[in-house]
Amino acid sequence: MTTKKGPIKKGPAAGSNSAPTPDELIKYYKDMLLIRRFEERAGQLYGMGLIGGFCHLYIGQEAVVVGLQACSKPGDTVVTSYRDHGHMLACGMDPKGVMAELTGRATGYSRGKGGSMHMFSREKGFFGGHGIVGAQVPIGTGLAFAHKYKGDGGLCMAYMGDGAFNQGQVYESLNMASLWHLPVLYVVENNKYGMGTSVERASASTDLASRGQPYNVKTMTVDGMDLMAVREAGMEAVEYIRAGKGPVLMEAKTYRYRGHSMSDPAKYRTKEELQKMRVEHDPIDHLRQTLIDLKALDDDGFKTMDKEIKDIVIAAADFAQTSPEPDPSELWTDIIVAA
Amino acid sequence: MAIDILMPALSPTMTEGKLSKWLVKEGDQISSGTILAEIETDKATMEFEAVDEGRIGKILVPEGTENVAVNAPIATLLADGEKAGAKSAPAKETAAKAEPAKAVAAPVAAAHVTENDAQYSTWKTQTVREALRDAMAEEMRRDPNVFLMGEEVAQYQGAYKISQGLLEEFGDKRVVDTPITEHGFTGLGVGAAFGGLVPIIEFMTFNFAMQAMDQIINSAAKTLYMSGGQMGCPIVFRGANGAAARVAAQHSQCYASWYAHVPGLKVLAPWSASDAKGLLKAAIRDPNPIIFLENEILYGQSFPVPDVADFVLPIGQAKVERPGKDVTIVAFSIMVGKAMKAAEELAAAGIDAEVINLRSIRPLDTATILASIQKTNRCVTCEEGWAFSGIGAEIAATIMEQGFDHLDAPVLRVAGKDVPMPYAANLEAMALPQVSDIIDAAKAVCYR
Repeated sequence: MTTKKGPIKKGPAAGSNSAPTPDELIKYYKDMLLIRRFEERAGQLYGMGLIGGFCHLYIGQEAVVVGLQACSKPGDTVVTSYRDHGHMLACGMDPKGVMAELTGRATGYSRGKGGSMHMFSREKGFFGGHGIVGAQVPIGTGLAFAHKYKGDGGLCMAYMGDGAFNQGQVYESLNMASLWHLPVLYVVENNKYGMGTSVERASASTDLASRGQPYNVKTMTVDGMDLMAVREAGMEAVEYIRAGKGPVLMEAKTYRYRGHSMSDPAKYRTKEELQKMRVEHDPIDHLRQTLIDLKALDDDGFKTMDKEIKDIVIAAADFAQTSPEPDPSELWTDIIVAA
Repeated sequence: MAIDILMPALSPTMTEGKLSKWLVKEGDQISSGTILAEIETDKATMEFEAVDEGRIGKILVPEGTENVAVNAPIATLLADGEKAGAKSAPAKETAAKAEPAKAVAAPVAAAHVTENDAQYSTWKTQTVREALRDAMAEEMRRDPNVFLMGEEVAQYQGAYKISQGLLEEFGDKRVVDTPITEHGFTGLGVGAAFGGLVPIIEFMTFNFAMQAMDQIINSAAKTLYMSGGQMGCPIVFRGANGAAARVAAQHSQCYASWYAHVPGLKVLAPWSASDAKGLLKAAIRDPNPIIFLENEILYGQSFPVPDVADFVLPIGQAKVERPGKDVTIVAFSIMVGKAMKAAEELAAAGIDAEVINLRSIRPLDTATILASIQKTNRCVTCEEGWAFSGIGAEIAATIMEQGFDHLDAPVLRVAGKDVPMPYAANLEAMALPQVSDIIDAAKAVCYR
C-alpha cells in the first residue's frame, strides 16, 4: 500500500472527532516540558563535567516522540538511536535513573555501563538507545517480527534520524518488513542535519518518505513540530499496522535547537534559521497556546506545572550527582549470562 | 571412435554422487543440451546435460548407482555411423577406481570413540549434516520460540542441505527464507532475540557474515553489558566457515580468531557429527549470542553419534580425541581430522601424540590444554586461519603464561599461509595446513 505524496499533515481542528481531550493535551504538554527541562539540565551537567563522552540533546524535537507515544499501547516496543533521552522519558522511564546513567552512576538504568547512548527498560518497552547510526532499524524490525511471531498484538516504533536514513540496513529492513507484513512504524525524525551535513547535501531526493514507495510501504509526511499533527498521523499509522496491513514509514519534519552533540558549535546553519524555528515553530509554545485558547490551563496551572517539572528535574540531577559510582566488581559483570 | 560421457562435478566439494536416473537410453540420438541424467550430489539433485552430439552407445553405470566418482565414465557416445558396441577410447578404469577431480580431506573412516564416551551404550552413524539438522529439529520441537532464518533455508532445503525437511515439519513461520540481506536479517535476528525469541541465523557461509559484523559485535555481543544485564541476546549464528574447495580468497577464510576476540560472544567449532549435534543443541539453549563455525567439507563426513534422546555437550570443554604422552596437538574443526591422521603417522615413527579437539574456542578450555602439556611438555597448534593474531597465538601465549615451566620446546603453530586463498589447486593445497605440516611440527618440537 502506498499513499500518494500529499501535503504535510497538520493537526486536526479542536473539536474534531480525533481531537484529544483537554486532559490529554495537558499531559502531552507536561511530557514535552519534562523532556525540555531534563535536556537543559543534562546540558548544564555536561558543562560541569558531570556527564562525559557524547551527549545528544533532543531539544526542539519533543512533539515527535510525545505525539507518537500518545498512540501506543502497553506491550508495544520502542527503539531509537543515540539521541534517546526524550524517548526514554516519553516511555515512562524514571528521570532519576536516566540522569544517573548520564553521570555514570550505579543507580543508572544500565548501572553506569551504558551512558547516554545505551539505556534500556524492558519493563517500559524501551529497547535502546543504540550508538551505531541505523543499527536500531533492523533491531526494531526484529522486535516487530517477535510481536508477530508471538501474536501479542504489539507493534514496534523504530525511530531514526535523517542521517541514518541513508544507511543500507534501513532499506534491507523496509524490504523485509514489507515482505512479511511486520507490525512496525518507522519514524524518520528529519531534523535537517545529519551531524553537520544538511539533508540537501546528503540525500539525492529530499522527499525522504517517498523512499518507502519502492518497497510498497505506506508512507506519511508530518509536521514534527506540531504535536496534534504527529498524534493524528500516528493514530492513522498505528491503526493501519494493527490491522495487519504491514509497516508504515513516517517522515516527521522537525528541528534540533542544539548542536549534534554537546561539542558541536553548529556553524553549518545560521542563527536566523534557528531563531525562526524557535519563535515560529516551537512545539511547546505551540501547544501552550492551544491550551490557553481552549482555556484548559490558566496562568496558575502553568506555574504549578512548571514548578512540578522543575522539581522532578532537580531531584533527578541531585540523584545523579549523589549516587555512587559503580562498584569496581561491576567491571566484570553482565558480559555473559550464566547458562 | 566413441567418446566417454563422464560423471560430472556439480559442486565445489563434490567427489562422488548418485546416478539417480537415466533420462536417455542406449541408441538415443542426442544433441548439445539434451538432458541425459539426474545426478544427486551432497547438496541437491541436478540435471546433467549433454555437451556433444551423437548417439548413446553403452550405458556403463546403471541408474540407482551410488558413490559414482567424479570423472568416471558413465556412458559412451557414438559418432555418426558407429555401432553401439564400439569400444570407447581410451579405455578407462571402472567407475569405482576413477580419480576424483580434486583432492579434498578424506572422509573419516573409522568410528572414533574415546573413553570419555563410554557412558553411551548405543551409537548411530550420521553425517555432520544430519547431526546439525537433527539438533535444530529437536530444539525446535522442545521450544516453540526457536526459529531458523537465512538464505535458502526453507524452500530450497538449505544451500548445503542442512535444513532439509525443517520447512515441512515446522512451517514457514519458523523456517524463514530471507532476501540476500545479511546486515538486515542479522539485525532483525538480534531484535527478535531481544524481543524474547530464540533465533538461529544461518549464514550460507561465514564469509558473508562480514556484511553483518556490526550487528554481531556491537548489537548482539555488547548490549548485555551496556544495559547493565537487562538485554540478553539468545541467538545462534551458524554456517560454514573456513576453506571449502577451490572457491578462492573471498570464500575461503577462517573467522575463529575474529569472533573469539570479542567478550560477550561464545565461539564453537565442531569437528565430528557428535560435536555438531551436542554443541548445536547446547548453543540453542544458551542464553548468549553464539558463533557456531561449521565446515563445508565436513558436512558429508560420517561419525558415530550417541543414540540417546537428548544428547547435549557442555560448552567450554575440549575433548581429548587421542591420548598420548610425547606431544600435544591442539586443533579445532576440520584440523582435528588432519591432526588425527598426523598422530597415526607419528605413531609409526615412534612419537605418541595426544590430540585435543577444542570444540569451544571461547570460552577456551585452558585446563585441558595445560593438563596435557604437563604430561607431554610439547605443543603444536593447528588452524586453517592465518597465524598472525590467531587461535594458535592465543594458545601459545596462554601456555607461556600458565604452563611455562612445563615446556621442553617452543610451542609451534601450524596455520594457513599468510596469503589470500589462491584458486589454483596446487597453490590452494600449499596455502592450507596439511597433515605433513603437523607431522613436521610435531617432530620439530620433539627434536626428532
